[in-house]
Amino acid sequence: MELKTKIHAEDNQQQLIITREFELPLALLFQAYADAEIVEQWMGTKVLKLENKNHGSFRFETTDPKGNKHYFNGTYHAYVPDTRIVRTFEIENAPFGVQLEYLEFESLTPDTSKLTMQIIYRSADLRDQMLKLPFAQGMNMAHNRLQEIVRKLN
Amino acid sequence: MESRRDVFQAIADPTRRAILMLLAAQALTPGAIAENFDSSRQTISKHIQILTECELVKPRQDGREIFYYINAKQMSEVANFIEPFRKLWDDRFNKLESIMKNYKSKK
Repeated sequence: MELKTKIHAEDNQQQLIITREFELPLALLFQAYADAEIVEQWMGTKVLKLENKNHGSFRFETTDPKGNKHYFNGTYHAYVPDTRIVRTFEIENAPFGVQLEYLEFESLTPDTSKLTMQIIYRSADLRDQMLKLPFAQGMNMAHNRLQEIVRKLN
Repeated sequence: MESRRDVFQAIADPTRRAILMLLAAQALTPGAIAENFDSSRQTISKHIQILTECELVKPRQDGREIFYYINAKQMSEVANFIEPFRKLWDDRFNKLESIMKNYKSKK
């Protein structure tokens, strides 16, 4: 099955670009990022803090199947509803450093929209490590997904 | 394909992923790795053994100590790891889409 999500990552670059078109009006797509309860549902994380404004910050907590807690945080550098989010993102207590994320939200038609997410890492090596350990982010939900992938491979 | 499946199984476990994350920063002895976990030293050794068997990490003798480090070669052969990464985001976005579609119809 064709995945709707595209990832563009060139060798030796320290960035990657994720694009995805949604069968959702722009306002609903943006709201999925703005509403803490909704973020919790689709990111599979607990939202400890989500300050939707320039210079506001956010912090998430996930619990892996063994009960270990993992924390993620970042700061909004720009928060323009229905248009753009520029934010940092960091996995706490992990060696990956801070990444910079540009999220551009566009309307395609009244019922469809597009998200373009540019993620910039501190180095090309760090980007590759993040790609190769795809499940570092959102470990607990990724765990179940990975089981499915593994099952399909077997 | 055998080894690819092993690699996926190796990283299916959150403790092993955490070990890989630790080793991504620096080579460590089994003892130093185990200090980061509540699990027993034996359990962690077993995890390291599995990571070693599928060559995601390699041991290096340094004096009397054995250090484990990330095997860059095996990790780069896993270039198709971009697919699981993409799948992870696709699943997430599919979920977002279905939640918001419901949200819309509830309104």
